[in-house]
Amino acid sequence: MVEPIVKYRNVHKAFGDFKVLKGIDLDIFPAEKIAVIGPSGSGKTTIIRMLMTLEEPTSGDIIVDGTNLWKMEKNGELIRANEKHLRDVRGDIGMVFQHFNLFPHMTILENCMSAPIHVKKEDKNEVRERAIQMLERVGLGDKLNNYPNQLSGGQKQRVAMARALVMRPKIMLFDEVTSALDPELVGEVLEVIRDIARNDDMAMVLVTHEMDFALDIADKVLFLDEGVIAEQGTASEVIEHSTNERLQTFLHRFRSV
Amino acid sequence: MNSTYWSWDTFSEALPIVLKGLGITVGLTITSFLFALIFGFVWTFLRRIRNKPLNWIITWVMEFIRSTPPLVQLFFIYYAWPMIPGIGVTLSPFTSAVIGLGIHFSTYIGEIYRSGIEAVDKGQWEAAKALNFSTVDKWRRIILPQALPPTIPMLGNYFIIMFKEVPLASTIGVAGILLMANTYGAQNWAYLEPLTIVGIIFLLLSYPSAILIKKLEIKMNTRFDKKATLENTKKGAVM
Repeated sequence: MVEPIVKYRNVHKAFGDFKVLKGIDLDIFPAEKIAVIGPSGSGKTTIIRMLMTLEEPTSGDIIVDGTNLWKMEKNGELIRANEKHLRDVRGDIGMVFQHFNLFPHMTILENCMSAPIHVKKEDKNEVRERAIQMLERVGLGDKLNNYPNQLSGGQKQRVAMARALVMRPKIMLFDEVTSALDPELVGEVLEVIRDIARNDDMAMVLVTHEMDFALDIADKVLFLDEGVIAEQGTASEVIEHSTNERLQTFLHRFRSV
Repeated sequence: MNSTYWSWDTFSEALPIVLKGLGITVGLTITSFLFALIFGFVWTFLRRIRNKPLNWIITWVMEFIRSTPPLVQLFFIYYAWPMIPGIGVTLSPFTSAVIGLGIHFSTYIGEIYRSGIEAVDKGQWEAAKALNFSTVDKWRRIILPQALPPTIPMLGNYFIIMFKEVPLASTIGVAGILLMANTYGAQNWAYLEPLTIVGIIFLLLSYPSAILIKKLEIKMNTRFDKKATLENTKKGAVM
């Protein structure tokens, strides 16, 4: 039996009085492709932001490769993790954001090279080669020396994916990566994700509104509703056989738009 | 009778004497400004430490420094500080002026840095985290390269303001152009010409600097667009 690479155990998150997540239990296995769907405000994004250490859970545990992400041991006691601990544990996790978050002062190539060189201390020439390969893979081999603001949204997002991939993460998180794009640019980004999902063996968690796409590539679909995982299973289990009423309503609304 | 009020002879006699102080005036401006640029960072980073009492103290120290006249601070550093038992040190007029003006302006410059840092998009911090940059690398490679360039025009304005405050140092004996002019005036009972020269020197140096900063500001506002335009122009030329 393969061990999960990430385990959420009874994870809660509140922003002030607003309880976003009310007890999340979730296993992510190596190479598993998970799609998280659900109405806006259901806490989808928060789930992956906690794993990327961008939000701290209010309670509960997130275990990454056997290590508690948000807590560390000190004198036999579990205390709140410090920055060093977070840095040690999140090294194998990568993320692509809704608004790309490319570094505007660096060229496309520099965007992809900076972290492997300065964070992982890898050889510069080797990184350059890998970054170029990756940028060619996402179809931007001719833009290496351009700056982010010279690209379209779809191109920016493909750079952001290349940038994350060059770090060779074991887990890749996609936070509504097509939501900020013009409709005609969504396809090119989804193509890249499909390519990654098929050919790379990292685990992927996609928070998305692209329902058909999600169901197509995902091994497991989570339906998040009112802060809990209301339904989970393979795409066909969730779509065709679920009796969850709110899920059916949600899917119906999606289909009818 | 005109010569009673204005004499070109006095003017040409005073000019080289006043100009002797120019090196000191410009040197003091540059040294104090560098001091302020570095010390500004100290304020900025002290304020970022998440510690309520410390933040409160820092905020009030900065407020105190900004709310008291730089002249009083200069006098304090030059005349009063040496009298404090234990920590009192006698400093040269120039060093006192560098510390006084430098610290005074560092509180403003620290605020400029802060505004620059706060203007960096939240997503940049998150991307730095997602790529697992260390705290030092995050600041050095991601945040500061974006936060600082837009502040250059504002810093330039403070440079000019500081330049115009530097004559305060003449009161504690720094021999810049104002003290030179004053001394000449006292010796010859002719203040009009040397002080006019001082005014002209300040105008000649401040005004072009202000124009330069204005240009810099426009350049900074369009800095990423410019790269794009240039690149496109090149491409257009090739095609």
